[in-house]
Order: sequence, then C-alpha cells, then structure tokens
Amino acid sequence: MNAIIFSAIWGIVMMFSGVFTKSKTTPRYLAIAGISLLFILNALELYSGKALFAVDTMDMIRTNSLNLSFLAVAFGSTLLFFLLSGRDVEKVGEHVGEYFALLFFILCGVSLAATFNTLLLLFIGIEIISIPLYILTGSDKRNLKSNEASLKYFLMGSFSTGIMLMGIAFIYGGNPNASFYINNIELGVGKMPAMVAVGLTFLMISMSFKVSAAPFHFWTPDVYDGAPTVFTSFMSTIVKIASFFAFVRLFENAFGQIQDQWQTLIVVITIATLLIGNITAIFQQSVKRMLAYSSIAQAGFMMLSLFALNNWGREGLVLYSAAYSVATIGLFAILIRMKDYTIEGFNGLAKQEPVVALTATIFLFSLTGIPLTAGFQGKFFMLMAAVENGHNFWLVIVAVLFAAISAFYYFRIIQAMYFKKSEEQAIEAGEITTGFKVLLVIAAVIIIALGVYPEFLIGWLYH
Amino acid sequence: MGSYITFPELLIWLPLVAGLIAFFLKGQGSAKNLAILASLLILAVSVASLFYADDSKYATYNRVNYYWLKHIGNSFYVGLDGTGRLLSFLTALSFPIIFISTQKNNYKNPAAFYGLMLLTQAGLMGVFVAMDALLFYFFWELALIPVYFLCSKWGGEKRIQTTFKFFVYTFAGSLLMLIGIIYVYQHTPQRVFEDGSISQHSFALQSFLAASLNPEQQKWLFWLFFTAFAIKMPIFPFHTWQPDTYDQSPTSVTMVLSGLMVKMGLFAVIRWLIPVFPVAAQSFSGIVIILCIIGILYASFIAIKQDNIKKLIAYSSIAHIGLMCAALFALNELSVQGAMIQMFNHGINIIGMWIVVDMIERQTGAKNISQLGGVAHKAPALTIFLVIIALANIGLPLTNAFVGEFLMFSGLFQLNIWYAVAAGFGIILAAVYTLRMIQKVFYGNSNSLTEGITDISFAEKASLLVIVAFIFLFGIMPQPLIDFTKEAVSHLIAIKK
Repeated sequence: MNAIIFSAIWGIVMMFSGVFTKSKTTPRYLAIAGISLLFILNALELYSGKALFAVDTMDMIRTNSLNLSFLAVAFGSTLLFFLLSGRDVEKVGEHVGEYFALLFFILCGVSLAATFNTLLLLFIGIEIISIPLYILTGSDKRNLKSNEASLKYFLMGSFSTGIMLMGIAFIYGGNPNASFYINNIELGVGKMPAMVAVGLTFLMISMSFKVSAAPFHFWTPDVYDGAPTVFTSFMSTIVKIASFFAFVRLFENAFGQIQDQWQTLIVVITIATLLIGNITAIFQQSVKRMLAYSSIAQAGFMMLSLFALNNWGREGLVLYSAAYSVATIGLFAILIRMKDYTIEGFNGLAKQEPVVALTATIFLFSLTGIPLTAGFQGKFFMLMAAVENGHNFWLVIVAVLFAAISAFYYFRIIQAMYFKKSEEQAIEAGEITTGFKVLLVIAAVIIIALGVYPEFLIGWLYH
Repeated sequence: MGSYITFPELLIWLPLVAGLIAFFLKGQGSAKNLAILASLLILAVSVASLFYADDSKYATYNRVNYYWLKHIGNSFYVGLDGTGRLLSFLTALSFPIIFISTQKNNYKNPAAFYGLMLLTQAGLMGVFVAMDALLFYFFWELALIPVYFLCSKWGGEKRIQTTFKFFVYTFAGSLLMLIGIIYVYQHTPQRVFEDGSISQHSFALQSFLAASLNPEQQKWLFWLFFTAFAIKMPIFPFHTWQPDTYDQSPTSVTMVLSGLMVKMGLFAVIRWLIPVFPVAAQSFSGIVIILCIIGILYASFIAIKQDNIKKLIAYSSIAHIGLMCAALFALNELSVQGAMIQMFNHGINIIGMWIVVDMIERQTGAKNISQLGGVAHKAPALTIFLVIIALANIGLPLTNAFVGEFLMFSGLFQLNIWYAVAAGFGIILAAVYTLRMIQKVFYGNSNSLTEGITDISFAEKASLLVIVAFIFLFGIMPQPLIDFTKEAVSHLIAIKK
C-alpha cells in the first residue's frame, strides 16, 4: 500500500521539479531520493506488516510478504538503475523531470500489478505500466527508429490491452458471482465453462504479450532496439519482471486449481520462448539487440515458475527477478558507454578497463547460470520447481539444454573483452568514473552474495 | 564440527586464497614464486593428511560440515575418503611439478595465469572432497571456469573456438547432471540437522545413498549423470572436444586437463554414479564397457596415424581413460582396485609425458613428429626420462602402470574374456604408436629444428626425477596404493548383490 501511494505522489513531485528548477541534475537527485524513500517505506511495510496509510481497499489489493519482497526487488533494482544510468536519462532529451516522473508512474503500476486482487486493478496496473512506456520509447524525438519503435509498441500494446479487456469481460460475464475478484471466479467442476476458457486464453495471450513470451514476442526486438538504451534497460528488467509477477499471481490465484487444464498451453509457450529467444540471440551482431533476444530467452526460463506453481517457483521467481534485473541493468549501463554497440565493440575492453570487464563477466556468468552467481540460484530454483511439479519432465531437460545454448551468445562478449585485441579504445576515456566502477562492483557483489547465500532474499518471503 | 581446521578445508582454501592473492602481484617472478610456494605448502598438507587416514581415530580431522542454505537441506560438507584422499594427493603433487617444470615459460600477464591455475586447483580439490551433491556440482563447474580462461587466453591459434567447444560440452553435460541431482534430491528422506532444524530433503551423500528410487527411475537418471561424467573423461562418443583442446591449450594447462581433470569424471563415477544408482550401474555396465572398448580401439587407431605429438598423447589418454572406466564398471574387486591405482599412476605418467613434450615444443616450436628427429643426440638425459615415462605409459612390468593394467585386465577377463581381449589389443596398439613416436622424434638424424636443442636444466631434471621415482616406486611396491584404496574398493563392490 505504501508503495502505490508514495510512487504516485513522487511521480507528481517529479513532474513539478522541472517547473521549479532549471538545473538538469536536480531531478536526478530528487529521483534517487524518491526511490530510496520508496524502497525504505516498502521495506518498513514488509518488516512490520502494517502500511502507513490505512485505506479500505475493499480487498481489491492484498499485500503479503511475497509481493512486498518482490516489490523490494523491483525498487532495489530501480535504485541501482537510477544510480548507474541516471546520468544517461539526462542525456536523452530536454525533459528530464518528466522522464523520471514517468518512471515513477510506471513504478506505481508495478506496485498495482504486484498486489492486485481483482481483474480490474490488474488491468489498471498493466495500463499504468504501459502508457508511460510508450512515451519513453519515443522520447528520442528526432530519431526515426525511436519513433517507429514507439508507434509499433503503442499499436501492438493497445491491441493486447484490448484482448486482455475482452478476456476480463468474458470471465466476468461467465461468472455467476458477477465479480472481478480473482479468487472468486467460478471454475466449474471437471471442465471449466466455455466463457471462462475463452477468457483465460485471452488473458494468457495478453499477458504473454506483456512479458514478451513467444509467439507474442515480435514487438520486443524492435522496441528494445529502437528505444533509447537507458529506457530499454528499464523496460527489459523492472517492467518485465513486474509483468511476470502479475502473470504468475493472476494464474496462480485465479486459475491455480485447474492448472492441469491449461498447463499444456504454458508448456508450448515456454518451449517456443526458449527456442526463439536463444536461437535468434546467437545470430545477433548488436549487443543491444542480443540483449533483447536474451530477455526473451530468460522469460522462457521464468515461465517455468508459471508451469510449476509451487513454493520453489515463487521463491525462484523472486530470486530470478533479482538476478536477472541486476545483471541486465549492469550490462546496459556498460553498454551505454560503449562507442560501438556491436560485439566487436567490446574487443579489448579487459585491457582498457579491467574492472568494468570483470564486472561485466560476472553479470554474463549470472545470466548464463554459472554456480555461485545469483543467476545460477534463480535457474536452480526454477528447475527445482519444475522437477517437483512432476509433469512434463522432458520440459526441464529442454530448458537446461537451452541454458547451455545461451552460453553461445553471452560468452561471445566475454571472448571479445578478454581474448580479442582492438586498436581502438572500446570506451571513450573519461566515460568511466570511479563512482561508476564502485557501483558496478557493488552490483557484482550483490550477484555473488545472492549466489552464495540466496536465503538473504528468500528469508523475506516468509517473514 | 571440530574447533580446528580440517584437511579438506585446508586443501580447498589454501589454493583459493593463494590464487586470489596471485592476481594482485606484479612482475613475472613474484606470481610464479607464490604459486610454487603455495603449491608446495598444499602438497605438505596433503602429505600430512595421508598419515591421518584412519577414519575411526581421526574423523574430526577429515570431515567437516557447516550449515549453508539450510532451508533446502544443503550444507558445506567436505571430507576425505580413500579415493578422494588419493586423488587430492595426486592433485597436490602434480601442481608443484607442473609449476616447476614449466617455469621457463614466460606468460603474458603471469599474475592472472598463476592465479587462475591455483583457482583450478581449488576447484579440483573441492570436487574430490565434496560430500554434498550441490557442493559437488558447484566445484565441478567452478573447476571449469578458470580452465576456460587459461585455454582461451594463453592457448594456440584456434584457442577461442576450441576452448568454447570444450566449455559448452561440459556445461551442457553438467546441467543434465544438475537435473539428475534435483530429481534424486526430491526423493531423499528428510534430514535433521544437529541443531534440531529439519529440512524435507537433503543433498548430503548419505541422503543420496538412501534415496528411494525404483529401478526404472535409476535407469534414466543414470544416463543424465553418466553423460556429464562421460563428457569429462571423455568416453566415446563424447570425446570430440578433447584432442583439439589438448592441442590448443598451453601445455601446463594440458597437464592439468589430462592428468587431473579427466579424473574428476572417473572419481564421480566411483563416489556418485555407481553407489547412488547401483541397479542401473549393473544393468548398463555392459553398454558402458562396450562404449569404452570402442573408444580404446578407435582412439588407438587414430593415435597411430597422428603426426601431432600433442594430439597423439590426447588420443592415447582417451584409450587409457576408457580402460579405467571399463574396469570400474566391470565391478569386481580386481578391476576396480586396478582402476583406482591406475587413476593415480596415469596422472603421474601423463604429466611426465607432457613435460617432455613441452620442453621440445618450447625449444623447437614444432608440434609435429615429421618435423622432428634426432633429439637424443642433443638431449640424452631428456631422452632417458622420456623413454622410461613412455614405457610406463604403455604398462611395462616394473613400472607403475603395469600393476594397474594387470589388475584391470584380470578383472575384465573374469567378467568376459572378449572384453579383455579387445581392450588388450588397445595396449598393443599403444606400444605401436608410443614407440613410433619415440623413434621418430628422438632417434634418427637431427635436423635444423632439433640442432639447437639443449639438454634439460636442473629444475626440469628434478621434476622428471620425482615422476620417475614414483613410476618405479609404485611399479615395484604397489602395496601402499592398494592398502589405501582397499576400503573404497570393497565399498564399491558391496553394492553388487
């Protein structure tokens, strides 16, 4: 509750920051202060179990230690994002205050999407996430690619929103209780009613679109590639994990009991996502585009928690979100500073900037799933979940084989950084400050700490 | 939990800490000296651990169990048992030999090189002492990462692709094993920790042994694990990464790969695969042995045709490892005993071979048999050492490998005479290609490349002398090795009902 209210308030504060100050850096400091406060308020609620504001939400919002821990991960990642890439937000254009305001509104949507208990709030949450994103994608106004991406995203996004709304309508209409509450949907005995089946399918399609699961992923590479890199970083991490969390929350609470009736669909989506994400990523020359496909591939792995729907899956989802976000934000922060976005652009980076190359290696290890990194623990928990589920065991084997394939594209960057030489400097001298390096090292330490001792985070789920 | 530090912990932490320190050293000499000193210290610890082998008296020195990830029933559980002790000793012994014999090589960025080498040692030690499946998996993977960097950074021309192939092969294999581990884990009984907390399942070795798996489950789990181990060893048809990797790696890394890392696979079969899946191990032993024998013959035939010395030794290594693996799966006392002894001896011998190859390559820059000739005129001492090591490698009586091979063949013979005949044919072929290599490289007329070769230095002589001493010591008096592994052997064959 704290998070929803405070993120909305701070979004408004950020909007007005542009009015009262001409300085370009003030909004960034304000934003960092805001996100820190947001993180603390959320942590307080997680710790004490009580919100600052006692609002009667008519049970439309439910907070528990699971979704509050998830929000802690999302806000923590955003804090890291602001610290690492805040400067780059300033470089996108004139309206720095507005960019941060939109980011805070997205966070408000994230909070709603993590805590909703009715289909309506889910819809509102997803929309609050999406609409500012359309704007941010197009924020590089003079760049045609950015415009194209924005328009494409907007059209496809509205389409999927329409499908979602239609799904909600079907479920509402087919429900004799006539209610939007997700735990109050009449699922029938034996076979679900036709109206619910249609609604469920529509919801699955629209949510798959939001998390860019195949075959609904076509917008992802173009949008991620066209958007200003700094917003791609935000979009592919915090937004993606939030949509995922909403996806799992919806299907677990609303349709969890009849999982055996829709699990096969999830299996198909998972395999398609893993296949398309991993195989296409291998052939990318641009690291930015490669990371876009890798985010699809990682989504495939996260789908396992939806496939399993058990404790391991829940723990795994939170852990995976943290591991994936921190590593990807770190990589994007480095990528923004590169002169050349192709893989060859990374040649010789280890010699020029050993610390940056080392942390990038740790991030890439984590994404690949090498032990003692957070990414390994995330994958490990997901596999535990899927094995415990007991059905479709072969899916697990397919998933790990794709994890091995993912090494092909992640390790190309490592190879470029360490084993290839370059005449030119990979990064303009002076781009890398000591503070930036310290932040990268902190991010790498978080990755390793979570990899060695994931109970730091998991413990909070049961607080 | 003891109040003092135990041997397995020391064996892991010493190389790890030394390796991390080495990264921060400057200059060619300092990292090298640190590596040599640290590896000698580790050797001392390992030798000391040999005197505390009696588990009934010294259990507190040999085993330790820290809580770690209690929530999922995992702990930092390490311990030394017969096989693990022997292989950790082999690891501890090999590294100083490798460092000293290759100290003439000057590496670019020595701090990173020696740091990564020591980290590899830590990973290997971890594999040999881990008593917890997840911990074992961690070390299994972590031993690979420094090797990946070592080969890709300091290797030959085609190093990047070759090493990556090696990496992906082993990574895919270990992920399959991870699934197997998870599946077995979910069938283990609940575990009560000493402080009273309970976890539903556990990764500890004892829990894995107590897992309730029916023969059907064992059978497909067996293949998940076996694939990982077979890739590491490597067993035909998973061997394709190996010759190229041995060829492209810097020789000191090749020594680690061929002498020690392949033992990880064999060791894993002894500690995990056969005890956890006894039924499957017995029902598939025929298939595995046949795969091994195909590998032995296939590799030997290719070795005969090889011109590249490094690849020749790589293929001969496939044949030797195949024999050991076949002997393990024969599952009778003689063959398993032979395989355990041979694991140690093969490590010693093959490192000796590589040392000689490294010296020749460093001085002439040539890797091919056809380019070389007449080395014996210029380097008589080197030649004597090589001949001894090579003869040991093909298992001549009075050398260490003879004992192991004799036992392995007797064991295979007991099982099925045709297995022994086919595998024995491999040994004959080994004599063919080894002697051919010696003849072509060391005898005959010297040419412009080999004109300039100088004989070996004191440090090289010393390390080769150690190896030759071990060859004769265990060739004439194998009893200590047998005593050492006797218990492990009887444990392993006890699964056969």
